[in-house]
Amino acid sequence: MKSTELLLLLKDISNTIIDNSEMLNDLDRAIGDADHGINMRRGFLLVLEDLDNLTDKDIVTIFNKVAMTLLSKIGGASGPLYATAFMKFAQVCKGRDEIDSNLYTEMIGSAIDGMKMRGKSDAGCKTILDSMIPYYKTLETEIKKTNVFKELSPLALKSSEEGVEYTKTIIATKGRRKLPW
Amino acid sequence: MKKIINNVDNIVDEMLQGAVKACPTLVKRADGFNVLVRKDQKTDKVALVSGGGSGHEPSHAGFVGLGMLDGAIAGEVFTSPTPDQVYGAIKAVDCGKGVLLVIKNYSGDIMNFEMAAEMATAEGINVSNVIVNDDVAVEDSLYTTGRRGVAGTIFVHKIAGAAAEKGYPLEKVTEVANKVIKNVRTMGMSLTSCTVPAAGKPGFEIGETELEMGLGIHGEPGTHREAIKSADEITTYLLDKILADMSLENNQDVALMVNGLGGTPLMELYISNNKANDYLVEKNLNIYKTILGNYMTSLEMAGMSISVLKLDDELKELLDATANTPAFTQF
Repeated sequence: MKSTELLLLLKDISNTIIDNSEMLNDLDRAIGDADHGINMRRGFLLVLEDLDNLTDKDIVTIFNKVAMTLLSKIGGASGPLYATAFMKFAQVCKGRDEIDSNLYTEMIGSAIDGMKMRGKSDAGCKTILDSMIPYYKTLETEIKKTNVFKELSPLALKSSEEGVEYTKTIIATKGRRKLPW
Repeated sequence: MKKIINNVDNIVDEMLQGAVKACPTLVKRADGFNVLVRKDQKTDKVALVSGGGSGHEPSHAGFVGLGMLDGAIAGEVFTSPTPDQVYGAIKAVDCGKGVLLVIKNYSGDIMNFEMAAEMATAEGINVSNVIVNDDVAVEDSLYTTGRRGVAGTIFVHKIAGAAAEKGYPLEKVTEVANKVIKNVRTMGMSLTSCTVPAAGKPGFEIGETELEMGLGIHGEPGTHREAIKSADEITTYLLDKILADMSLENNQDVALMVNGLGGTPLMELYISNNKANDYLVEKNLNIYKTILGNYMTSLEMAGMSISVLKLDDELKELLDATANTPAFTQF
């Protein structure tokens, strides 16, 4: 994937988050202050604006710009966590002009390390890491058999979804369970 | 949703502009930031910076001024401010003696303040921080690991602010702030929910005849709900929870704070305070000072919190020191 495709992907990701912001608010309302979607929407609306000005930029510049926008516009816990992931992407991509399956795997691993450090969290705390870590582990294992992303991706996504299901069975140490009323 | 606002997107900016216009002799806006600093900033001392999501006014900008904070950052409503804003505040108030960040124990606040501290440290600014975790209601909440930081934060602003004003070095100011944190406990309750303006609907629903004990200042779940009861019963319940978590000797000097969450009239806070004072005396405690008012609010939520701070001679002296800020004045 080169920078032009990356921009399209980021546009797609931003639109998906923006379109689902009300759902994110509702999920947050069940356990907290109902603003997760508001904050994510604010950040990714500005990412969309950034993308228009990044058309001739390299992938490192693109990731860094997205990181800074998310960091300075989202706030809360989500801002630093998402920004950290994008900063790590930029670091890992240094000197590269194309993302292949190997580099992508490395990017995800590095993002996980950064988010663990920033959020002082790990697997089993009922956080986004419980979806990302299985995703990464599958990438890491399966890439030894195939480096075709279209074959790798569905397997990793399946592990990630299993991770999401797993979080329903565990007690939050970072968050708080909804109380029974 | 009924609120006296113009545009949801401009709430924080317009609020800060209005706050400066209310107290132009005390505070001013740090250029380009959602940060209020002292009008007479950059005195030769350790600087104190705090902040958090908006919606808790007068926290924290209301405590910027002589004897308390040097700078306060206002995030979006109920959302931690971003690192660039915190960094902007640090830069605006640092005068070479170092900066103490007073952070309430929420994951988002800690992450954003820590990133700002890393940026400032990289520039050679001496930054230290304390994490306030005074809420005895729950060990872990939506936003926190460990206890939440709530109204006890005002005692940290007051006492550490006085220490900085006296010229104590950063290490000592930090130590004093940590002493307050170690000795302050808070518990709150609410009667109604509140509406984050951008969300447009209440964060949770609560029945007409119900109250919720121990909920957080963003409406995070508390310990339980029950039928509404009298002010005296509510007050003694909150104080019992607080005192059970403190080890206080007979005749111990304490400071008491009766804090409104925004939607409760002072009349009701006074009624609660009437009982709180009597109850602490019954428990053989000596109330050295009572502070009552809306200090750490939760938008229009009706409810209150009570804080008890165990005092020693050092804390008493600093608590008594002069303060002149928009929301807390003492001469």
